[in-house]
Amino acid sequence: MGKVLMKGNEAIAQAAISAGCEGFFGYPITPQNEVPEYMSKYLAKSGGVFVQAESELAAINMVYGAAAAGARVMTSSSSPGIALKQEGISYCAGAQLPVVIVSISRGGPGLGGILPSQGDYNQATRGGGNGDYRVIVLAPNGVQEATDMVRHAFKLADSYRIPVMVMADGIIGQMMEPVEIDTTPIPKAPNLWAATGQGKRAHTNMVNSMHLDPYELEDHNILLNNKYLEIAKNETDYEKYLCDDAEVLIVAYGTPSRIVKSAIKTLREEGIKAGLFRPKTLVPYPFDALHEASKSVKFVLVTELSMGQMIVDVKLAVNGLVPVHFYGRTGGVIFEPQEIVDAVKSHLGGK
Amino acid sequence: MKTVKMVCAGFGGQGVLSMGQMVALMAMKKGFNTSWMPSYGPEMRGGTANCQVVIDEAEIASPIVSEGITLLLAMNQMALTKFQPKLEKGAWLIVNSALVDTKDVPSDVHILKADFNAIAQEVGNPKVQNMAALGTLAAHMDIFNKQDGLDIIEEKFGKKNPELTLLNQKAFEKAYDIS
Repeated sequence: MGKVLMKGNEAIAQAAISAGCEGFFGYPITPQNEVPEYMSKYLAKSGGVFVQAESELAAINMVYGAAAAGARVMTSSSSPGIALKQEGISYCAGAQLPVVIVSISRGGPGLGGILPSQGDYNQATRGGGNGDYRVIVLAPNGVQEATDMVRHAFKLADSYRIPVMVMADGIIGQMMEPVEIDTTPIPKAPNLWAATGQGKRAHTNMVNSMHLDPYELEDHNILLNNKYLEIAKNETDYEKYLCDDAEVLIVAYGTPSRIVKSAIKTLREEGIKAGLFRPKTLVPYPFDALHEASKSVKFVLVTELSMGQMIVDVKLAVNGLVPVHFYGRTGGVIFEPQEIVDAVKSHLGGK
Repeated sequence: MKTVKMVCAGFGGQGVLSMGQMVALMAMKKGFNTSWMPSYGPEMRGGTANCQVVIDEAEIASPIVSEGITLLLAMNQMALTKFQPKLEKGAWLIVNSALVDTKDVPSDVHILKADFNAIAQEVGNPKVQNMAALGTLAAHMDIFNKQDGLDIIEEKFGKKNPELTLLNQKAFEKAYDIS
């Protein structure tokens, strides 16, 4: 296909189509509107179904229903919209349904603003739905990786029968970058569990999240947890940049990690050995790798477009080995590389 | 190569967003890393629209240009007023001289002026003023030549509207040649 200049939201939608998405159910919200817009135009042309639902709740429950019937499906939204979908996400996780959720996050809380933010780390990684469940959360750093991760999300959803969220900040949704979308077909799992009508089967299939018998529900929770442990073992992913000789380790994810890379270049020109640790999977979080990477540094600096949410996971990973500091901007304000440089220097100077 | 941090700004309808896209597209064709970011805030009719384009040999650090602008295209006075304080020393400023007064611009900024409105009128369609601006811009930036601009216009409008392609190319060429 070659590289094309594409807006992140449109590239995400095209990546989903290339991954064989059969159904998209959504409701408009800035800054992700180009996802449903693109889907409404092109999904039907590749044989899929596009529905603009009457609300976010309806959209996630349409996803639930279509996935239960064995279809490869997706929804997308932004922060307040993802909040509304939480109940449905819990049901999908409980019923072990392969669904993909794209979250293009903006400033909050409440209606907040429409500019990019990472204030939804807790929402994505802890979730607002009830019960003992996890969804896989992937965090791209640009348009190219967003398309790769959307495709990967469909594969993960299929292999583990679990909801997978791709969480990108509003920058990725709105910006255009050169991108090459992989068009290799992704074979669909046979979905023998799907509620497609009994036909000649001896047994009936049931897709359900309710287990009134306590022992049965406990078994179900154990099964979900074992699945999560398996995912943590196999699918945890991260990037390390100039970490080997680093005396300062900066942890960042998403678009801000690129700003951090630029800050690291400046720091190194000034003789300060800084490195970047970037989680690519927020769930499962790369706890062990981050622990290892923090062993030989003076301190860790966590940078987020929030007041500090991922820092909790970083502290769990570092586990008291070295101090963990924080620098963040919020509300749609994006930090400049120089702010990160200054933050690193202020902590070095205080020693 | 020094990182190009460009802002294109003007009234909604002056074509600054699509002009910025074409610069990014040209940069991509030349093998550079590039990003294009629109302002997508709650803009008002008659207010300013703007986009930010970054061009680099290295990986783009941030697609957001909030300070240190190296190249500003100001299609109206409001655009200049808004972004002038964020120009870096030695930045280049391209203005639509029909609508923009540059008397308050500091002396360390290089100014390129052309009357994009007049060029568009001459060509016969006021809509193509953004391609006149692209002409001045391409003439200034040493990573692009005249053919790059003509090709990108052909690619963008060619199939849909051959007549418009020609108009756009004319406006581009006129501005390129006088710059």
